[in-house]
Parts: sequence; structure tokens; C-alpha cells
Amino acid sequence: MSFDTAFVRDKLSYQAISLGVVALVASAALSVGNKLTGPAIAEAEARDLQSSLSQVLPEGSYDNELLKDTLDVKVSRGDTPATVLVYRARKAGAVTGAVFRMARRGYAGDIVVLMGVDAKGTLLGVRVIKHQETPGLGDKIDIAKTSWILDFNGKSLDNLPADKWAVKKDGGVFDQFAGATITPRAVVSAVKGGLDFFAAHRDEIIGD
Amino acid sequence: MNHFQIFKDGIWSQNVVFAQMLALCPTLAVTTSGTNGLGMGLASTTVLVISNVLVAMIRNFVSPQVRIPVFVVLIATLVTLVDMSLNAWFHDLYKVLGLFIALIVVNCAILGRAESFASRSPVLASALDGLGSGLGFTLALTLIGLVRELLGSGTLFSQASLLLGQSFAFLETTVIPNYGGVLLMILPPGGFLVLGFLLAAKRIADARMARRTATADFSAQGA
Repeated sequence: MSFDTAFVRDKLSYQAISLGVVALVASAALSVGNKLTGPAIAEAEARDLQSSLSQVLPEGSYDNELLKDTLDVKVSRGDTPATVLVYRARKAGAVTGAVFRMARRGYAGDIVVLMGVDAKGTLLGVRVIKHQETPGLGDKIDIAKTSWILDFNGKSLDNLPADKWAVKKDGGVFDQFAGATITPRAVVSAVKGGLDFFAAHRDEIIGD
Repeated sequence: MNHFQIFKDGIWSQNVVFAQMLALCPTLAVTTSGTNGLGMGLASTTVLVISNVLVAMIRNFVSPQVRIPVFVVLIATLVTLVDMSLNAWFHDLYKVLGLFIALIVVNCAILGRAESFASRSPVLASALDGLGSGLGFTLALTLIGLVRELLGSGTLFSQASLLLGQSFAFLETTVIPNYGGVLLMILPPGGFLVLGFLLAAKRIADARMARRTATADFSAQGA
């Protein structure tokens, strides 16, 4: 930079304009970046979703594209109307199962579980897809740490009475962790809530 | 100042964490394992080098009165672009690092280097300063992460293959099998403890080195 720009740089208008130019260039760079990466990001996220959906549904139990067969089910949570997005699994056209998310407050923030049930309401699989529980204590609900979450497989409201849907400490059948009871309690409650939701809206989800 | 000295200062005597005590927020937050520390360090290094180069390039056009907002916009834009590209093209890596990338914006070391070095130095020197500081930051984060991981979960570089690819799977070692782990080390207090002990160790090493140099000078004079 051989020329001296000091005398222009002290002008107020120069400062305003230079700031504007920088903001403009930054916005341009960001929108170009967004254009370039947008499709790839959407594709990667769809792939992620697909792989977590297939974790809670046994392979071969469906032959449709889950991501395209969705249904918004209206639920009334207190006074606020909300919807639960349900992915439907079909085999030869008939609905064989459903996958949806449920959330409960854990020890630190919401725990979100993704659960797959068959048409009768029996759990095919449950995975915790989002949580901020204490590492080393509460994160045992994560399939990457322990296999605790697999205990839910095969359970349903029919084969397990309502009062057994709790951790052992509360008289239920699910293990709690040493030093962390709130976390598994929240997961059990989320899964139970999900099954109740499915039972209440079964006709809507199964029948078209 | 010669270029090698700039690079070396960034790694040791001007180390972002161990000497300047900057960027402690990401340092303490992400160093729960060696891999996390390494990943955060490398991502920050990338941003640091690019931001230093850009700041050095525009340093003669930016008036001092508006330099801070200009640098902040620049750094935030860079970090967002890095975030988007990682998410799009290195999605598995992004799933490991994703949380930390956005944290780079608030890494005051980056604005610090832009402000104190790149805004008054030529492009090449600024790039080397960014590389040196970045690698120094990486070194500090990886060290803290490794100590916390070893004490907290008994492993070293777990999940390194997710970050660096399958060919680095050999880094993953379980030092103490069936180890219950000291939870404290993984929790935030562990970060403070390990940082404190490592700082003390660096001070001792520096003092030893200074004394040795002093003695060497003295005996040279005596002879």
C-alpha cells in the first residue's frame, strides 16, 4: 500500500461509507455461501433424519419413504394447541408403524426422544436424539454410552400396566442410574407420553 | 522481528491461553477430551489465519474509528462461512464440532490478534502470526483436553477417527480399561483445575529456562 490514505480516512463520510461497504461485502459473501451450501446441508440433514428414523424402525418393516409420508397430528397441550409430526411406515400401502418425537424436561433442559411404534402401539425402538444431561451421569440414556434405552423395545401399554411405567425407585420396571434419577424418569415419562399420544390418535394415524 | 520468531512467540511465549490468558471461555467449555480440544483448535486456527490475512490486507483502508466493527463483521462472516461449509461438505465432522464453530465468533483471541498484530503488520507476517497463535491455541486446548480425558474417562483421543478420518484411529487409546472416571474432571471445575496446574507447570518451566540462561551468561562472563 504505497499511497497515503490518512487524510481521507479521518473524514466521517469515509468511515460511514467504508463500514457500509464492509457490511455489503459481508452480506454478499454470506448469501453466496448460503446458496452454495444450502442444498448440501438440507441433503445431509435429511440423511441424518433418515438414519435416526431407521434406528427406531426394524429394517424391512417398511418400504415407503418415511420422510415423504408425514402427518401433522393436532394435540391440545394445556391451552396451547400444538402439532406432533408423525412419520408413517408403510408396507405394501398399509400403515405398519409410526415414528414421532416426544420431549420432557430432564435435569438440564428438554430431553427429546424419537420413538417408533408398530400399528398396535408396541415400541419398536426409542432413541434420545437431544439432551444436555450431565456427562458421565445422565448421559447414559444415550445409545452411544450404554444400552439402557433398548429396555423399551417390545414394551407397550398393553403388556406393561400404567403404574409400572416408572424407574425402579418409583415402583416401576426401568433402571435408574446411580446419582441420576431425574434423567431416566424424564425419558420414561416421555416414552409413556408418546404411547398415550399414539393410543389417543391411533385411528387418525393408521387410517387414512 | 523475523518471521520465525513471530511464529514461535505465538506457540510458546505469547501463547493465547497459557501466556495471554485469552479465549478462556471456549478453552474451558470444549476441552472435555483431547479430540474436542484438537478439533476446536484447528477450526480456530483456520479462522485466525484467514482473518489475520484479510485484516492485514485492508489495514490501510480502514480508519481507526471504525476498525472494531469492521473486524467484528469480518470475523463473524468468516466463522459463518466456515460453519456452513463444514455442515455442507464435512457433515460427519460437523456433527462432532458443530457446537464449537459458532463459539469461535466470541473467541477474543481472534479479534485480539486482528487488533494488536494484523491491523499494523504486512500480510505474510500476519498470516504467520495467525498460524503460530492458532497452533499455540490448539496445543493448549489439546493438552488440557488430554489431561481431563485421561483423568475423567481413562482414554486418550477417543473418537479421533470421527474428526481426522479412519487413518487416525490408532490415536484412540484406552489407558485405563473399566475405569469409572473422575466426573469432576469432565465437569467445568475440572477445566479450571487442569488449566491452573498446566499454567503453574509452564511458569516453572519458563523460570528454569531463564535461570539456566542467566547462569550460562554469568559463567561465560566469569571465564
